[in-house]
This record gives sequence, structure tokens and C-alpha cells, in this order.
Amino acid sequence: MSAELTVTRTARLANWNVAIIAITVLVLIVAAATVDSFGTSRNFGFLVLDLLPIALVALPMTLVIVTGEIDLSVASSLGLSSAVMGYLWNANQPIETIIPLCLLLGAVLGAVNGFFVTFLGLPSLAVTIGTLALYRGLAFVVLGDSAVADFPALYTDWVTGTIGGTPIPNVLIVIVVLAVVFGVVLHATPVGRAVFAVGASEQAARFAGLRPGRLKFWLYVASGLVAGLAGVLWTLRYSSARADNGAGLELAVVAAVLLGGVSIFGGRGALPGVIAGVVLLGALQNALRLSDVSNEALNVVTGVLLIVSVLAPNLARSVLQRRRT
Amino acid sequence: MSSRKPQLVAALAVAALALTACGGGTTKSDTAAGNTPETVSAGTKADPNAPLKEGLKIAYLPKQLNNPYTDVEVGGGKVAVEEIKGEYKLVGPNDASASSQVSYINTLIQQQQDVIVVAANDPNAVCPSLNQARKAGIKVVTFDSDAAKTCRDAFINQASTQGIGESLVKMASELAGGAGEIAILSATPNATNQNSWIKVMQTELAKPENSKLKLVKIAYGNDDDQKSFTEAQGLLQSYPNLKVIVSPTTVGIAAASRYVSASSYKGKVAITGLGLPNQMRQYVKDGTVKKFALWNPADIGYLAAYAGAAMSSGQITGAEGEKFKAGKLGEYTIGADGEIVLGPPTEFTAANIDQFDF
Repeated sequence: MSAELTVTRTARLANWNVAIIAITVLVLIVAAATVDSFGTSRNFGFLVLDLLPIALVALPMTLVIVTGEIDLSVASSLGLSSAVMGYLWNANQPIETIIPLCLLLGAVLGAVNGFFVTFLGLPSLAVTIGTLALYRGLAFVVLGDSAVADFPALYTDWVTGTIGGTPIPNVLIVIVVLAVVFGVVLHATPVGRAVFAVGASEQAARFAGLRPGRLKFWLYVASGLVAGLAGVLWTLRYSSARADNGAGLELAVVAAVLLGGVSIFGGRGALPGVIAGVVLLGALQNALRLSDVSNEALNVVTGVLLIVSVLAPNLARSVLQRRRT
Repeated sequence: MSSRKPQLVAALAVAALALTACGGGTTKSDTAAGNTPETVSAGTKADPNAPLKEGLKIAYLPKQLNNPYTDVEVGGGKVAVEEIKGEYKLVGPNDASASSQVSYINTLIQQQQDVIVVAANDPNAVCPSLNQARKAGIKVVTFDSDAAKTCRDAFINQASTQGIGESLVKMASELAGGAGEIAILSATPNATNQNSWIKVMQTELAKPENSKLKLVKIAYGNDDDQKSFTEAQGLLQSYPNLKVIVSPTTVGIAAASRYVSASSYKGKVAITGLGLPNQMRQYVKDGTVKKFALWNPADIGYLAAYAGAAMSSGQITGAEGEKFKAGKLGEYTIGADGEIVLGPPTEFTAANIDQFDF
């Protein structure tokens, strides 16, 4: 019985993964064929740069959501990382020191979330809404309303540049490397199986000898670390460290993850689908913008997509169940 | 797996500290000298006699959409673009963030616009994209909020300090009938804009033609409605012969008008200065205020279109001293650093105030 359940669950998951990837590819093809200059290499570069922070933060977010938790503080961690980067740069610290420190800061911010969620057992939604406000507030304490802009061209050019003479943006390397790391961890290691087990049933996972608390704690650390990195890359991309950098990004990230077929209740999801979700959202926005669709309409499209993504797997499930009985 | 992670974090921390200790690496002071800003040269020479091209694609990217003041500005732009038979486009984010503006600039590059008229949310964050646009042959004109000088071709400055100071004295003199006591109700004692305008006013008042006007007091309402209200009251009580209160701040002029309109001074003491038509309308209608001034936001957008078109047509390159014609506004000369000053502020009176909504 349970084996059968797992099989159908896997099958359904695979189906949604295939579906979302197929939809994404379809959208890319249609956009390239119908929207002027969507398919150009320059637009590809713009698209990747626009996707960069969402894609990065969505990777650990996927693991966090699969365990049944959430991290809404990521965009504020990004902003605080950016603000601290600007502050230290103004304090005349070498950039080679600042960048690791910002990553470390991100990890610490994630550890604070992890501490509250796992050691104190507080609900992650409440905790990370709290730190969402707290970290953003700290960012404004650090940098106020000012912006720091004069980062070294060597670094800013790398972030906005491409590999050699190819149209492939440098930052794509960062995305691909991290996507592979998180993908392998989630789908091919005992840690990944523990993530799914904890998400499916935390109690069962505990009885099976896993330590859900410790696992979640480190996932929050990873989430913070990646948000810190995203803050550094954001700052270099726009050559501008500001306390309000990335405001509201957490919603785009959660949207992309859910669109990618990850269940908000935990236990289900796959990384390829999430990446497809990120690309789908980004490509749609990019294509619609190139077609002069207004920002308001863009938001409507994103919202409808999100509802469809939550609705579609559920509908599929009920149809399947009805057929079985 | 998870037991190895703390070591990793520790290693990172140690590495960071080690780097700080040896003091190597790139710091702000290192780059301050070596970081030469990227410049995009205009390339060709200006040909003042070149005809204005038709069909130019001119795109407006304000700080954010759906802001009443901005709507008036870009509305003026639309009129100008239609006059020169161009293609007008308005795009922009709903939030005033720099990052979303960058996405829009990138989109405009892809769409091969001829001119981008932009009010920068962050003067530096939009820079790399604007320079990419300029490399692609797009002319960049800024308004409202300038981008860094190295990444735009021209900046429409709504008003010069001199122009505002002169116009304030001119209005005060007209309202006082050329002679009598006047007072200034300013913002804070250290407000940069207001102080520079007041300085010009004092120079103007020292001129022989204004010798009969006497500035008796500069009061400060701190751009606070209550404080400005009380200060206006205080001025009228201390100086019974006061003829005009000049308030070069929108908060001050509205508060002073509110006080006077409900007092026995109404009709005896004139209020003028810099105000927003929507805030001042009722005081103009009830006769408290005869005239006040502000730059006309529609003209900012209008001038930006002509400046961009003149540049795109090769009439000007953005260099100091070049001249171009801007439709109904007449001829303009480009100032230092590519700045184009709109001109003296627009005066609002009972006759024209209903034409403005901002």
C-alpha cells in the first residue's frame, strides 16, 4: 500500500516536473518566435541577470519548503548583506575581506532563524516574518537612506560581463554550480532523503532516527548564506549598496518555488521544476515587457500563474483519485 | 555531512580575518584614484542646421508610474513628441526602486528606442545600463532626478537658483505696488535650496529699482504646517504695515494662506511664493492669494523631448554652449555638464490655475 502510494506520488511529481519544464520551453520558443529581440544574445544576458537573485535564493528555499518550513527573511538578509557591504567599503576595508564577511553575515542571519525555529520550536512563518522586518530595519540602521556606489570596476564588470567572447553571462556559472550542488544534495544524498522524510512526516522521521531540528537549522544557515551571496552579487550588479535592495524579492522566490511544483505543506518537490519555475516567471515578464505590457498587467499574470500552479497539481490529484475509486 | 558545515563556516571566518590582517586587497581608497568612470563620447560633431528627424522613438521612464506630478511631466512630453511626429512611449515601475528601472532600461535598449528620458531612482545603479543604451546609439536625457554625469547626455533642470530668486522678488514687488514692507517665511534655517533663493532675493532687493521694498524679517516655519501657521501669525502681529509674505516653500505658503484667508488680514496682506496649484487653488479662488509660482512640470517633459530629438538628429551633442529650439518654449542653450535650465518659473493666477492639476 505505502509502496504503491510512493510510486503514484513519484509519478505525479514527475508529471508536474515534466509539465512545468515543457511549459517553460514552450513559452521560451513562442516568445523567441513572436516577440521582437527576445531571442537575442543581449536579451539572454539581461534575462539571466534579472533572474540571478531569484534563482540563487530559490535553491535553498526549495529545501526549506520541502521540510515543511519557510524562510521569508531572505530578501531582508540580502538587503542587510548589501548594506553592510556598502558600510565596510566606506570604512575602507578591502573588498576581498568584505565579500566573505557578507557571506558569513548571511549564514549568521540564517542561523538566527534556525535557532528560533528549531531550538525554540517557533513557527517558521512567524519567525521569518519577524526577521524580515528586523533585518531590513538593521539594514537601514547600517546605511540609512544613502547609497554606496564606487565599487571596483574589476568586480562589477565581472558580474555584468560575459564569459570570453561568448554571450554567456559570468553569473550563470554561479547559478549552475549552486543549482548542481543543491540538486545533488536534495536528490542523490542521504541528506536529501532526510529532507523529504522530515517534510512528509517529522514525527516518523524522528522515529526513524533522523534529527529534523539539526537538519532544518543547517538549511536555514544555507538559506542565509545564499541570501548573503545574492546581496553581494546584487550590489555589484547595480554598483549600488542600498538598504532597500531586494525589497519584496521573497515573494517572487516563493512564487517561483511553488510554481516549480514544490508543495507548500512539505514533503514534495524537485529542483529541476523549481529552476523551470524561475525561468518561466522571468521569461514571461521579460517577454511581456518587451511587448509593452504594463506593469500592472504583469503583476496580474504572475498572480494568476501562481494560483494555477497551486491549483493544477491538486486538480490532477482529485481527478486521479476519482478515477481510482 | 552536516557536521562538516561548522568547520566550513569557521574556515571562511578565519580566511576573512587572515585577509584583513595582511591588509592586501582592493579598498575604496585604492579605487578612488584608479576608478576612471566609463565615458561614452558623443562621437560626431554637432550640426545646428540638421533637420529634426521624424518618427523618433522617445521613451519616458519616470521614477514611478501613477504619481500625479509625474503624470503632468510625461503628459508634456507626449505633446512634444506628437508635435515632432515621433513615437511616444511611457514605461516604468510601480515602486520607486532602482533595480526595476534597470530592467526597463534594458527593455528599451532591446526595443531600439532613439531617446530615453529618465528620472533616476538611484543615480549610480542605472549608470551601467544607461551607458549600454548610449553605446547602442540611444540618447539619454534625465529630468527631475539626475543620473551620474558620466552616463547621460543632458539633464533638464527645472529652474535655476537665479531664476527663482528673481521671480520671487518680481511677484513681491508687483503685489506690494513697488513699495512697502515684506517678510519671508522660509523652511528651516539651514535648508539649502531656500537659503540660496533667499540670497538671490536679497541681492535683487538691493538693486535701485527695488529700493522702496523693505525686507523686515525672515521667519522659519521648518516646513512644518503648524509651525509655519504660527510664524505667519507672528509676522502679521509684529509688523502691522506688512504688505507681502513671500514663502519659497510649498508648506509655508499653504499654511500662511490658510491663516490669512480666515483672518481680518485677508485682502490687506498678500501671500506669494512657491506652491502647488492643487494646494493653493482654494486660496486663489477666495482672493487670499493673487499669484504664486512654480516650474511647470509639463514643460519639463516637453523640453526633454525636444532636447532628446535635437540630439538624436545631430543638431546638438550635449556640449556646453550649443543651442536648439524647443517648440513653443523657444530657444535653449546647453549649460555646463549638459544641464539645460527650463527657465523662470510659471506664475499661477486665478486666470490660469484651473489648467493645472498637480
